[in-house]
Amino acid sequence: MTRKGYEGVAVAVPVTVPYVRYSIRAAHWWLARCISEILKSAGLKKDAIDGLSVSSFTLAPDTAIGLTQHLGLSPRWLDHLPLGGASGVVALRRAARAVQAGDADIVACIAGDTNHVDSFRLTLANFSQFARDAVYPYGAGGPNASFAFLTAYYMRVYGATREDFGKLCVAQRANALKYSHALFKKPLTLEEYLSARAIAEPLHLFDCVMPCAGAEGFLVLSEERAKALGIPFAALMGTIERHNAYAADPVQMRAGWALDREDLYAQAGAGPGDMDFVQTYDDYPVISLLQLEDLGFCAKGEAPAFVREHSFTHDGSFPLNTSGGQLSVGQAGAAGGFLGMVEALRQLTGQAQARQVKDAKLGLVSGFGMINFDRGLGSGAAILRC
Amino acid sequence: MLDKPKRKNPVLRTRLPTLPPAARSRAALGLTAAAALGRFELQQCRDCGTVQYPPREACQQCLSIHLQWHPQSGDGELLSSTLLHHSNDLFFRERLPWRLGLVQLDCGPTVVAHLHGGVPPAPARVRVAARLDRAGQAVLVALPEKETSNMADDRQLREFTCDPKFRKVLVTDGKTAAGQAIVKALAQAGAEIIWVGYAEPWKKFSGFDALSKVSQVSLLPLDVTDSKNVRELAAEIGGKVDILINNAEHHRAFGIGNRPGVETARAEMDVNYFGLLRLAQEFGPAMRARGADGLASAAAWVNVLSIYALANFPPHGTFSASMAAAHSLAQCLRAEMRPAGVRVVNVFPGPLDDEWNQLLPPPKVAAAGLAGAIVGALRDGVEDVYPGDVAQEWLARWRDNPKALERELSS
Repeated sequence: MTRKGYEGVAVAVPVTVPYVRYSIRAAHWWLARCISEILKSAGLKKDAIDGLSVSSFTLAPDTAIGLTQHLGLSPRWLDHLPLGGASGVVALRRAARAVQAGDADIVACIAGDTNHVDSFRLTLANFSQFARDAVYPYGAGGPNASFAFLTAYYMRVYGATREDFGKLCVAQRANALKYSHALFKKPLTLEEYLSARAIAEPLHLFDCVMPCAGAEGFLVLSEERAKALGIPFAALMGTIERHNAYAADPVQMRAGWALDREDLYAQAGAGPGDMDFVQTYDDYPVISLLQLEDLGFCAKGEAPAFVREHSFTHDGSFPLNTSGGQLSVGQAGAAGGFLGMVEALRQLTGQAQARQVKDAKLGLVSGFGMINFDRGLGSGAAILRC
Repeated sequence: MLDKPKRKNPVLRTRLPTLPPAARSRAALGLTAAAALGRFELQQCRDCGTVQYPPREACQQCLSIHLQWHPQSGDGELLSSTLLHHSNDLFFRERLPWRLGLVQLDCGPTVVAHLHGGVPPAPARVRVAARLDRAGQAVLVALPEKETSNMADDRQLREFTCDPKFRKVLVTDGKTAAGQAIVKALAQAGAEIIWVGYAEPWKKFSGFDALSKVSQVSLLPLDVTDSKNVRELAAEIGGKVDILINNAEHHRAFGIGNRPGVETARAEMDVNYFGLLRLAQEFGPAMRARGADGLASAAAWVNVLSIYALANFPPHGTFSASMAAAHSLAQCLRAEMRPAGVRVVNVFPGPLDDEWNQLLPPPKVAAAGLAGAIVGALRDGVEDVYPGDVAQEWLARWRDNPKALERELSS
């Protein structure tokens, strides 16, 4: 059976609840503000939301359904996505189908987490059965060690240098300086990047995201409805999603994008060269390199050369993570999986202010999530057009 | 190579013990069960043979639920390594930097392992073993492919072992051949001080002079049936003992019908069970307080039990019962010592080659064999030790079918 396209779906109302390093509030507080901000921006009443998609780690013990009572919502379509960095793309593609099928008219996709002083450690300790049994007892706690292994392996096999990773981090910081919600406000030089303290060699301070509290959200609805409401929107051209791809690879050097990218570009009727900007999932710079390769911007192992050839600021030859990415904005838990999507919507609807990519018509957003044991399991990508 | 730890500054605060993360799924405890015996086992699918890691409930290849723990070769290739300079976990935070490796095992899975300092940068061949960490849970350790000199001195590896080197040890009974062999083995292993207890100090015993000549040895009167004596000795040296080896034993033959009265059985209980209880009450608290006291911290408590603790051997029926009681108490002690990271090692030898096992046929465990097994267990970080062919056979029979072993021993 041939895949149905995403005609008629509008993606709109990019919303960010400004991040803070630590919050004494619960995740519910952040998600409530996110919904409220979406309603305000769209000029909608609460009852208009009849579909809800929620992504959050710290909402526990509640899930999306508990949140409906907490916030007094009564959706007829509800989704809870424990997919971390893949949640933005997955929320979008599921919501799009719900709208196309008429199961919901207006779906609010929200992601947010709180960050108490000790909550990151507790999230790590209880992240997954495999992590609890086979990673957390080794002291790394969470993705630092996993990505250190991956980064060291990538450097050894493909000849990437710290300067290559640093170039991305420095460019993203320059983008972040033009994004008011970014938690990092100071410029970053390559020298500062290189001389930062080691965290888990070869990873150093600026290779790692800073956990924080915050929320991101957007609306999925029909084009007619969006036009009637008079809100700017982007069209969804294609999406992919894949979990636990290439399970037999001894170390993760590729993920599901490599398996599904032809499908993605075929849906969109466009190729990698047509993209005006790319938002990768960037919890560590090496994973951006894998995405550039797996999504076809260069061949496997050639991302270091690609990085050396291009510039990555919003006005560069390859605009990447134009709001600064998680590395320079902060990682607000599951909202990290929405950051690229929200920024892509701002770019395509002309709301990116000083970091606006010139004539941005077509953009690619990529998601990656859930280091269950030694690798990220979920991958997804979406192509949006204004 | 490890340098001798400096003398402790008594003014400084003794660091309180912390433990590495101890939570595990029930599936993962299979790794711990094997590591407790010094074995490296991973789940293997009975139906398709796929080796699995991390431990799980169903085969990732064929979805069979028949996953069985089987010994595996730990040979593999180091794909990548990292040196942690940061950890959210207190235990590791206090021990940074810490080296970890990603290893592809020849038997299939990729594993995360603690990485021995002697392993060269990736790619390198390594040997992965399962070790009990300070929390008493199994972790994987990637070791150099070939044994090197002073391998046990590795700073990280020493966190998983209870190596007697540079440690102060109390052996509760130096009067027996077994006790004297244990002392000798500890001296050879580099123990710094060996206190050796002996009951009835007015009687000179065979081997006394030889013991006195060992430079690290200090002989002390100790009768584990005398609460006051145990308390006073603990007050004197309890704060310095890093490893306590309780080998005091009272052993007589016969079961229920062949001897009237309870005096002999009570004497067995008084040494074998209450002796352990007295020692545990007096020495336990001080050792618990020193679980993280530097390179030569309090590390282990060794109980020399008997294979008869697993199932009653009717010809030595009351002795078996006292050893079963001691074993049960040792499990309690293990639980109470675990928060301090002090390992309780239970040794279950087959019949020792001594006068009380005169009528039993060989093979019997020689004193030196028992001593070697104890030091080996401390060095390898093993928790349950079954020295001798008889003990190994009983263990295998008991694991296979405890009821069958009961019948076999009673015929």
